[in-house]
Amino acid sequence: MNTAHEAESSNTRARFRLERGQRSLRLVAEGAWTTRDAASLDQRLREIEMGDASDAEIDGSGLERIDSAGTWLLVRTKRDWEGQGKRVGPISLPGMYSSLLHTVEHEHTAPPVVIHNRHTLPAFVERVGKATFHGMQQGTGILSYVGRVTLEWLEALYHPRGNLRVAALFHQIEETGINALPIVGLLAFLIGIVLAYQGADQLKRFGAEIFTINLLGVGLLREIAGLITAIIIAGRSGSAFTAQIGTMRVNEEIDAMQTIGINTVDALVLPRILGLAIALPLLTFYADIMGMIGGAVMCYFDLHITLPVFMRQLQEAISVNTFLVGIIKAPVFALIIGLVGCYEGLQVERNAASVGRLTTRSVVESVFLVIVLDAAFSIIFSIIGI
Amino acid sequence: MSQGRENTKGQDKDVVIRVRGLVNGFGGQLLHDHLDLDVYRGEVLGVVGGSGTGKSVLLRSIIGLNKIMSGTIEVFGKDTSTLNDHQMREIEMRWGILFQEGALFSSQTIAENIQVPLREYLKMPQELMNEIASMKISMVGLAEDAASKHPSELSGGMKKRAGLARALALDPEIVFLDEPTAGLDPISANMFDELVKDLQKSLNLTVFMVTHDLDTLRATTDRIAVLVDRKIKVGTIDELRRDPHPWIQQYFSGPRGRAAA
Repeated sequence: MNTAHEAESSNTRARFRLERGQRSLRLVAEGAWTTRDAASLDQRLREIEMGDASDAEIDGSGLERIDSAGTWLLVRTKRDWEGQGKRVGPISLPGMYSSLLHTVEHEHTAPPVVIHNRHTLPAFVERVGKATFHGMQQGTGILSYVGRVTLEWLEALYHPRGNLRVAALFHQIEETGINALPIVGLLAFLIGIVLAYQGADQLKRFGAEIFTINLLGVGLLREIAGLITAIIIAGRSGSAFTAQIGTMRVNEEIDAMQTIGINTVDALVLPRILGLAIALPLLTFYADIMGMIGGAVMCYFDLHITLPVFMRQLQEAISVNTFLVGIIKAPVFALIIGLVGCYEGLQVERNAASVGRLTTRSVVESVFLVIVLDAAFSIIFSIIGI
Repeated sequence: MSQGRENTKGQDKDVVIRVRGLVNGFGGQLLHDHLDLDVYRGEVLGVVGGSGTGKSVLLRSIIGLNKIMSGTIEVFGKDTSTLNDHQMREIEMRWGILFQEGALFSSQTIAENIQVPLREYLKMPQELMNEIASMKISMVGLAEDAASKHPSELSGGMKKRAGLARALALDPEIVFLDEPTAGLDPISANMFDELVKDLQKSLNLTVFMVTHDLDTLRATTDRIAVLVDRKIKVGTIDELRRDPHPWIQQYFSGPRGRAAA
């Protein structure tokens, strides 16, 4: 039935010889023509010079073994010769390979596949075009999604009983707010320490160490605490939104909800965005406090400023406005993080790879937008003179 | 149990996979309890069994993806647990595996998928690899334009064909198929059965097939291995019909079993 596959001995190596007669050529294939030896045979077969022969013959009847790659080489050689206008007789193979020969010769007539080179100019232009088109699609997609969420929101405000899912809302506040307390607190504390240490180091040169507290107060409350909290939450909750909703898409849970008649925006998107919009300002306030504690600890150990002195200086340095300017940005950041996270989650296709891809994209987009918005706020505040 | 299909040359059967005393279990529960199995060269063996009887675990044990608790598995006469990496690669070149969902590399086109084993094991000019990929694509009955498509652009049946083409890339001697017709419509499943039969004949493959599909079993297999009571019973479909074991009786003589007869 089959020749046992043993280690290749020298007499089973793939080889062929050419017998030239008067105006005829005979290719005699011997040994085992397998995929392993296909590469070496390939080159030598292509280099065969037909000379003035008009008839050719391919004799593989002495082959010990042949597989589909070997058969393909014989078939290709035959086709090449026929392409040059030679008369080529049918390929002869041992009887047990006749069905293989038939399969390769008759079912495979297509030209070989071309693997496109991706580093050509047209390919580059194509990629740029595709990316531009995709970017525009993404833009209109987000815009129509924002519109839909706004409408649902207004409706929820109008009929809070029917459309607002209170249990889900509180769950999200716990998930995105309370569970984030340790990490946000620790990071804000460390930022406070670093800021105080670096500030003190520079201000000492002017003998103005006490103004470290002004730097801390204004820097943390206005900018840094809010920004750091938003970025942590974008990484922590924005990605979770995308992954959760995306996984539900992969499992067809979203489709199931729709067919049952549950409004997916009401059930999935609104509680998340609203929960985050409540949690993020609170977290920012918490980060303000933790950052100040970090700064106060550093001031005490590095500059020997005691807590009462610290408090007095802080009271002079900042006003309520300083705090408000920082905290007012938080709901806006929350809105962006929530919108992007949920939107990308709903964009997931029905495969696992797209969950990962869109989660990454969601985090990158929301961090980017948070920083851009922060810059925009700075400009607006400086124009209106706060 | 009888010997299944007679060897045409009448010599002793050439055993390509020999499993002896295989024990597998998870979480304190035994899946396989000293299970023995021989797979002969050139035969199509179907493996059936109820859900959770360890069909896929058996397949994964043989191909080395699952660490076995005890027993020996010999492939081409070599105990796979004693082989080093190099020797294992030699064996891996001689088998091909079609996973349930095709397991195609999603970032690569079908042609590139088929070329992965070629590129990994052999030094081959790109042109020849393209020719071989295109030949395999037509051998498994895919349209030629499938070559430049990505797996996500193919239907379930086409993915299985593409997965089979990749499994056949190195012209293996054994092909493992994990539920090849699951999730296909009956027409596609029939066509896939035909394809497996044709390729088995023309490439003289040994096929180890895990399946639930009674039609596939009837259409393609020479012998059937049934996993019951943590052991295995092997025979032709007619022999198994006469087996008194209640699960086997239900399986082959239930309404679906009779319909496929």
